[in-house]
Amino acid sequence: MPLELLVEWTIKLLIGFVILMTTVAYLSLFERRMLGFMQMRQGPNRVGPFGLLQPVADGLKFIFKEDITPLAADKFLYVMAPALSLVPALMTFVLIPIGGEMKIPFIDRPIALHVTSVNVGVLAILAMTGMGVYGIVMAGYASNNKYSLMGGLRSSAQLVSYELAMSMSIVGVLLQAGSLDLVKIVANQGGWGGMQWHVFWFQPLGFIIFLISMVAETNRAPFDLPEAESELVAGFHTEYSSMKFAMFFIAEYANMVTASAMATVLFLGGWQGPGVAQLPLLGPFYFVAKMLFFLFLYIWLRASLPRLRYDQLMDFGWKFLLPLALINIVISATVAVVLL
Amino acid sequence: MTFEQILFILFAGIVVGGAASVLLQRNPLYSAFSLITTFVGLACLYVTLKAQFLGVVQIVVYAGAIMMLFVFVIMLLNIRDEDTAVDPNRFLVYLTIPLGAILLGALLYVVTKVNLAQPTGDEGGTVERIGTNLLTKYLLPFEATSVLILMAVVGALHLAKREKE
Amino acid sequence: MVPLSWYLALSAVLFTLGAVGVFLKRNIISMLLCLELMLNAANLAFIAFSSFFGQVEGQLFVFLVMTVAAAEAGVGLAIVIAVFRNRETLDVDESNLLKL
Repeated sequence: MPLELLVEWTIKLLIGFVILMTTVAYLSLFERRMLGFMQMRQGPNRVGPFGLLQPVADGLKFIFKEDITPLAADKFLYVMAPALSLVPALMTFVLIPIGGEMKIPFIDRPIALHVTSVNVGVLAILAMTGMGVYGIVMAGYASNNKYSLMGGLRSSAQLVSYELAMSMSIVGVLLQAGSLDLVKIVANQGGWGGMQWHVFWFQPLGFIIFLISMVAETNRAPFDLPEAESELVAGFHTEYSSMKFAMFFIAEYANMVTASAMATVLFLGGWQGPGVAQLPLLGPFYFVAKMLFFLFLYIWLRASLPRLRYDQLMDFGWKFLLPLALINIVISATVAVVLL
Repeated sequence: MTFEQILFILFAGIVVGGAASVLLQRNPLYSAFSLITTFVGLACLYVTLKAQFLGVVQIVVYAGAIMMLFVFVIMLLNIRDEDTAVDPNRFLVYLTIPLGAILLGALLYVVTKVNLAQPTGDEGGTVERIGTNLLTKYLLPFEATSVLILMAVVGALHLAKREKE
Repeated sequence: MVPLSWYLALSAVLFTLGAVGVFLKRNIISMLLCLELMLNAANLAFIAFSSFFGQVEGQLFVFLVMTVAAAEAGVGLAIVIAVFRNRETLDVDESNLLKL
């Protein structure tokens, strides 16, 4: 393996990791400030200007809290669970292209703005996010607590059900792009001066299904049943404290960022946009702007919608979203044969 | 030793370690988690064999869906350490080890007859290639499995359903 | 390059472990898990041959085996739940009557 490539990957991984962790940290602040704004209150604004140092304070607090392990807990699984939910959440970002190829000073070849690109990209991301469920299930089982167990069971059922609808809603995009490679999917949306996004050019239904199941997949309101605090105390992380809880927290927010990035790449054209062909530097900015839109949507949903009941959630996933996604596949296939 | 061989030994270690752990664990949930480790190791091996598609499908279907079902059932029935030890009164159980050794010996004997060091073809298992073959040349088995899955769904629902008194 | 026989040997070891597990384990769920192990050993051999002979058929077989395994797990676990509901045990030696 050439050393140059190894160095390139390492640098990209480091940059990606730092950006992801910073985004996660400031997303929590953004969420609390936005919720405060929507609920006519201040939100955290004391630490630093506009509360900008709040994530640092939170991190310090997490580290210095007492680390509690319940006596009856299954020790090995109890420690493994947070790690198993965090690692897949961080891994997925390597496949997301945040920009096109770019010339960088002192390097004679163009550098692509993604860590790696594989020909089964979309499936690989689904596989990695699918592994994240085990962290939650393990936490629920290992805590030896009925609320945790219920939370873990609910979450496994919910995540598996909505993963189906989510993967089915992507099939339309794959049919249209003719590839599972995320880089090629983005390249396919470059027409109409960078505005031929899949959401406009015949995947609006798929986009809506993806959007709903993406919120369910990340365990966010109104689908946050695994941790429904009014009935299950805190669900699967009832017994967790200190850094172990922080790892679940980071995993949840990293999953939100990844899901937003996926939605951007698959439906909103990734880094494509007007003027990118002339000025490639605009690409990452478009990408970040679209991603922020989805992240804002998450917070908006949390502030506006009440939580669903468990049977409503299951009915909605299996009896409404999944058939709709299947219909979308049939429509997409027909249109793809006729138009493309 | 080349880079590929080191990778193979690493992944094979994960696979065999996980498989041995499936046998040695008393708690079914631990067995299930060990099996997931095995599946992830196998997926890595598939990728080294240029079968990227099946490597990913292995994780999505096996590790993601099938094992999730197992874990879900184990948690639903809430079994903790229920796997009973080997019953010493059943002397036939002790035959398992020599029989296993004979099976392994026979299989390895066959393996030594195969001496192919280099791949004869170089095309990997791309999505296009698998898809095209599956939907043209092998359409009948593909459709047959869809019927099988439907039957399994109906059968599973019927078996697990609580009978109304 | 890794020779074909390495993959086949690994597959053989995996298959033997699965077979021994089915014999030794008394818990029905653990037995099903060992069954999956045997299926995967076969899958590995299929993919190794497919890759070394440059033919895609072996991989299609694996694809079909995976769907069969999914169906098997679904029906098998439904039976497990039905048995557990009636007998409150998962030990296969306890389930020795023909009727439920």
